[in-house]
Amino acid sequence: MTNLKEIQRSLLVSLWFMFLTFPIMVIRVNPLEKVVIWRWYNMLYVGIGSFLLSFVWRYFIRQKELGKKKNETDGQKSFSLSRRAVDDPRAYIPLLSAVACFTIAFPFIFSMYQTNIMITVLIYVMLGLGLNIVVGLAGLLDLGYVAFYAVGAYTYALLNFHYGLGFWTVLPIGAALGALFGILLGFPVLRLRGDYLAIVTLGFGEIIRLILENWNEFSQGPSGIANISKPGFFGIHLSLQNSTIYIYFIMVGLTLFTILVVNRLQNSRIGRAWIALREDEVACQAMGIDKRKTKLTAFALGATWAGMAGVVFAAKTTFINPASFTILESIVILCIVVLGGMGSITGVIAGALVLILLPEYLRAFSEYRLLIFGTMLVIMMVFRPGGIIENVRRTYEFELKEGKELKNED
Amino acid sequence: MVEELLNRFAQFSIYKSSFNNVMGTILEVKNLAMDFGGLRALDNLDLDVKNGEIVALIGPNGSGKTTFFNCVTGIYTPTEGDIRDSQHGKNRRLSSINGLRPNLVTKKGLARTFQNIRLFSNMSVLENVMIGRHCRTRSGIAGAVFRNRATKEEEQKIVDDSYEVLKKIGLADYVNELAVNLPYGAQRRLEIARAMATEPFMLLLDEPAAGMNIRETKELDELILRIRENEGISILMIEHDMKLVMSLSDRIYVMDYGRKIADGTPEQIKNDPVVIKAYLGKEPDA
Ligand SMILES: Nc1ncnc2c1ncn2[C@@H]1O[C@H](COP(=O)(O)OP(=O)(O)OP(=O)(O)O)[C@@H](O)[C@H]1O
Ligand SMILES: [Mg+2]
Repeated sequence: MTNLKEIQRSLLVSLWFMFLTFPIMVIRVNPLEKVVIWRWYNMLYVGIGSFLLSFVWRYFIRQKELGKKKNETDGQKSFSLSRRAVDDPRAYIPLLSAVACFTIAFPFIFSMYQTNIMITVLIYVMLGLGLNIVVGLAGLLDLGYVAFYAVGAYTYALLNFHYGLGFWTVLPIGAALGALFGILLGFPVLRLRGDYLAIVTLGFGEIIRLILENWNEFSQGPSGIANISKPGFFGIHLSLQNSTIYIYFIMVGLTLFTILVVNRLQNSRIGRAWIALREDEVACQAMGIDKRKTKLTAFALGATWAGMAGVVFAAKTTFINPASFTILESIVILCIVVLGGMGSITGVIAGALVLILLPEYLRAFSEYRLLIFGTMLVIMMVFRPGGIIENVRRTYEFELKEGKELKNED
Repeated sequence: MVEELLNRFAQFSIYKSSFNNVMGTILEVKNLAMDFGGLRALDNLDLDVKNGEIVALIGPNGSGKTTFFNCVTGIYTPTEGDIRDSQHGKNRRLSSINGLRPNLVTKKGLARTFQNIRLFSNMSVLENVMIGRHCRTRSGIAGAVFRNRATKEEEQKIVDDSYEVLKKIGLADYVNELAVNLPYGAQRRLEIARAMATEPFMLLLDEPAAGMNIRETKELDELILRIRENEGISILMIEHDMKLVMSLSDRIYVMDYGRKIADGTPEQIKNDPVVIKAYLGKEPDA
């Protein structure tokens, strides 16, 4: 019964598509010979194709709806099951060690080209984790995040260019300046929420980029800054290959550091305040949380990681110009957070892997690359709106010390 | 001569009552007005709550009760008027809380609940209450990152204190549940628990019994009394359930169109023709 209805609907869709594509797919005018070629077979293809696609699409949507209903009835169970997978040492220790081995061996197994891509992935993991504090935890939609990345990169480039400061000296300076700019952005947008906040932060990102592009005396304008030093290794000069490997391991270290700190932050008194702020701003304030302070710390601590990532980026490419810090970059980072799973650290890592690696390896499909990429994003958001790794936020699990008090009742 | 002296004495005592808090007043609102554009939602409103009292604020829909709460708790800045409070026994002088930000009002000891429940839905019951402890604790960024002993101890204390509050309110069974998954009545109680966690000297409850069934309402009745007796917390509540209001309150304020139209004990209010008119929209039969 329902199947017949579904087929009917899909038929309708395919008819509609055949009608819509008729002018471009069927008619072909040859102006030289002044004849019209009718390519009816194309119409057949369109019809069959759209029918099948529509049918499959509907099937999956129905499956999803069914799954949702089922989840509502025994949601608690699946919740604790997925949590157990994360909690059980027997499940995660072998997995973690495998990942660790792979990470260490990576630059020695794969080519320098691959290692470079991996460095980029790690930089984006760091950016994603930083933005995750602002967007995922505190719920502040920030579309100008790339500005802090630019601040970090230019901090290193300029300090290196003018004063010859090294990578390790500038890394904390870049982080601090990132945080400072985070606060600078935070102040004017304290009262804004949602779309308004998004637009103002977007403007902020563009302002920073335009300053870098037009203030020639300061940033050397669109031509950028070249010959930035690679990170020093106890004064030893490294070959290009070795220095790539070195940066790779620096990035692995920094990423681990970021994960550690972000994880601790989100399970702290401050992290709780961020989440409460995201859940309900008015109630949050009414419960005694200082909204301004909480928002500013979120902006500052989010921007810190972008500042650091910027320093590494400048050191890796040895050349930067404002073109690397466009709004598109902000959107890619936001996609990493949203696609990966808002508020979840593993989600952000997965998101960065997918979003950076996929376009790289889709190069084979050249012109269809972005099309495939876009389609994937749409499908993802329809069928898994929570992201690749849906955030099973681990709430504080309270265990009674006296133990029996609760169970005695029934 | 004698009259003049008496007059002076009277003046003096008025002076004292408002500034030195002899009467044990812990919240004093004078001449409060709140405008939304052209709409005067509150007009020349006076109200006070004394230490240990349960005071009810009633009135037809849209009469400005919630707006009054929002002014007192700092969510709105009143157009005119004076709001002063003081924790009885700790600091007897009333001090102004006009225009103070909501978090500072809460820190001073006025905690509230919301008419349309505003829990942190995706946080657990315990975590909701833990948020209430925020303003009484202090560990910062460094503490979070380094997890030193003081931070860990404070965190543990937050958990323990929060659990204590849950036990008092009778929500201990739900401790690890997500707030959204709670039954309606329990959600309302969780709002009270969260407010209690901020260590208030006064609770402002906005329609705590709304949507509750008879049994839940009765439990709420007992809970509110218990909060007053055991914790010494005074209560100002907005409520439409007249049975609850009449049984609980020491005094009742009645509002209509942003003005106070009556105040007094439940007995007085029950028989006040002005109140009956406001509620029924006509003069009571003589
Ligand atoms: N933020 C606002 N902006 C404009 N008007 C408002 C605002 N808040 C409240 N009002 C108006 O003020 C009046 C009082 O509203 P309020 O919510 O205080 O009523 P209430 O007594 O709490 O009613 P109820 O019993 O339905 O909760 C209403 O006319 C309402 O429309
Ligand atoms: Mg109301």
